[in-house]
Amino acid sequence: MADPVVELRGVVKEYGDVIRTRVLHGLDLRVEAGEFTALIGPSGSGKSTLLNLIGLLDRPTEGKLFIAGQEIGLLDDDGLTACRGRSIGFVFQFHHLLPEFSAIENVMIPMMALHGRQDPSMRECAGTLLGQVGLGRFLDQRATLLSGGQQQRVAIARALAMAPRLVLADEPTGNLDTASADEIFTLLRTFNEKAGVTFLIVTHDPRLAARCDRIVELVDGRIVADRPNQARRT
Amino acid sequence: MPFELFVALRFLREGKAQTALILGGTTIGVAVIIFLSALIGGLQATLIDQTLSAQAHVILKRPDRVARVVTPADGAAVVARLEKTPEREKSIEQWQALLGEIRATPGVVAATPTAAGSAFASRGELSRSVALRGLDRQSFDQVIKLVPRITVGAFRVDGTEAVIGTVLAHDLGVEVGDKLRITTPQGRGDVFTVSGIFDVGNKDVNQRWVLVSLRQAQTLLDLAGGITTIEVKVDEVFAAEGVAQELGALTGLTAESWMKLNQQLLTGLQAQSSSSVMIQVFVVIAVALGIASVLGVSVIQKSREIGILKATGTSTGTVLRIFLIEGAIVGVAGSLLGGLIGAGLSTFFAHAVKNPYGESLFPIDLTPRLFLTASAVALVTGLLSAWYPARHAARLDPAQVIRGG
Repeated sequence: MADPVVELRGVVKEYGDVIRTRVLHGLDLRVEAGEFTALIGPSGSGKSTLLNLIGLLDRPTEGKLFIAGQEIGLLDDDGLTACRGRSIGFVFQFHHLLPEFSAIENVMIPMMALHGRQDPSMRECAGTLLGQVGLGRFLDQRATLLSGGQQQRVAIARALAMAPRLVLADEPTGNLDTASADEIFTLLRTFNEKAGVTFLIVTHDPRLAARCDRIVELVDGRIVADRPNQARRT
Repeated sequence: MPFELFVALRFLREGKAQTALILGGTTIGVAVIIFLSALIGGLQATLIDQTLSAQAHVILKRPDRVARVVTPADGAAVVARLEKTPEREKSIEQWQALLGEIRATPGVVAATPTAAGSAFASRGELSRSVALRGLDRQSFDQVIKLVPRITVGAFRVDGTEAVIGTVLAHDLGVEVGDKLRITTPQGRGDVFTVSGIFDVGNKDVNQRWVLVSLRQAQTLLDLAGGITTIEVKVDEVFAAEGVAQELGALTGLTAESWMKLNQQLLTGLQAQSSSSVMIQVFVVIAVALGIASVLGVSVIQKSREIGILKATGTSTGTVLRIFLIEGAIVGVAGSLLGGLIGAGLSTFFAHAVKNPYGESLFPIDLTPRLFLTASAVALVTGLLSAWYPARHAARLDPAQVIRGG
């Protein structure tokens, strides 16, 4: 049996030096390859903290975290960065594109960061991805001059630039109108079904969660529900 | 193109106002350093050149006799009093052998024997006290460049030819080709023909020097083949004191460097150099603070971008290098622009401000070394001043920055 893409064993996260605040309380979670999972829960439940841990932007205080079978506690900071660059893509609520760069350069950034240089093949790959998200005509457009929906599409293309096994999306449609949100969700779903990319999506939107295969609910730093989405399956 | 350079160039290009500010500061700093150094270097070179126009770098002469303390058996000390040494007793013997040793000493470029003493120069009723200097024309010219300073006639001291200064020529009313009588306190005298008149820019020298052949001076001063001084030129003027000490130990003669003989000038030059260095240090500090503060603000403004870069696989070391490269680019660009402006400003002053004789009042000394030093200072300043903001950027927590929206 293949390793899960994400595995948490008793993961605890605490903040503060003097007064310790426990945000996550011994979480156990497995996300298998190709899953399309929604992570839901009220504000302050620890969703973003969990996403940051899985995205290797932060380290657990206790417990073990595995990404594609690799225990991340054994990696130093540069190892974490390299693992993040190769295995994980991010889509943020506010798309977080770099305003100094064009759409295609934003998509090329993770590739250039990993290889330490520019390469014509990177431009080709980034152009293909932008074509797949419907932005083939806007390759050299300054990122800030695109609409909100278009910027989020660029962010999706950037998240997929390194052909990661896992894409973490934090409220990817939270800042978009209903029509754009629908388009973005459909796009994510397409990459999941056609390319087999695993998605873990933090959302407050029940309509969005209802379209995922699995729903994990977090309350006060504890997983209170982890169920397959029957509605979606039927 | 390396990723770090790509991002650094783009950040600089997009942050136009900030880039212009730090580039402007660095450019002005480098321009000031180059202008000031060129100006002070030029002024000092001119001053030294003028000082050494009629002076050897090191002068060797026979040591003065020192009174010897005689202690008789009863223990009372008796100090002998010496009369003023006659010229003959000041004579350096075996000087040909010494000259060979001196010329072979490292740091020595040339050495020349001189027979010098007091004399009177007279023409008709007019008479002046002068310094008679007998010299070897060929080796003297290697030590003191007199040929370019000959205003009338030529530098010739063959037979009974003599070369005198402009002031003496004026005082005695002589011109090239006129006769002049030289008489020494030893009671010897001869008539010389003026072959050339010089102007070394020093009134005392122009008024007192009478240059004749070594043989003539030896005869007139009763030196019987001896000489009074050996004059030496060294390859590095500021190393003259060290060479003088070495030559003194080697020959047993008293060696005096131009630095010792011009202590006040040297102190003045050193004070001038110190002031120049101080000004340049403060300019560098001001430039460094400027770069550090503007880059610091830039890092705070770019926190979100740095967070995104780190979240998308850019390592801490790469972020550090991006900002260091920004500092280095500013340093290099600033040194190029500043170099051009500094050189332009220096050249403009050198050409625009002149004395009534058409000579520059601001002689400048623009050397490749000066540009290299200023560029190195700008590059190091850029890197060092970028270090703190770069480290701050590299330590930013991407999770925190992204969470902030």
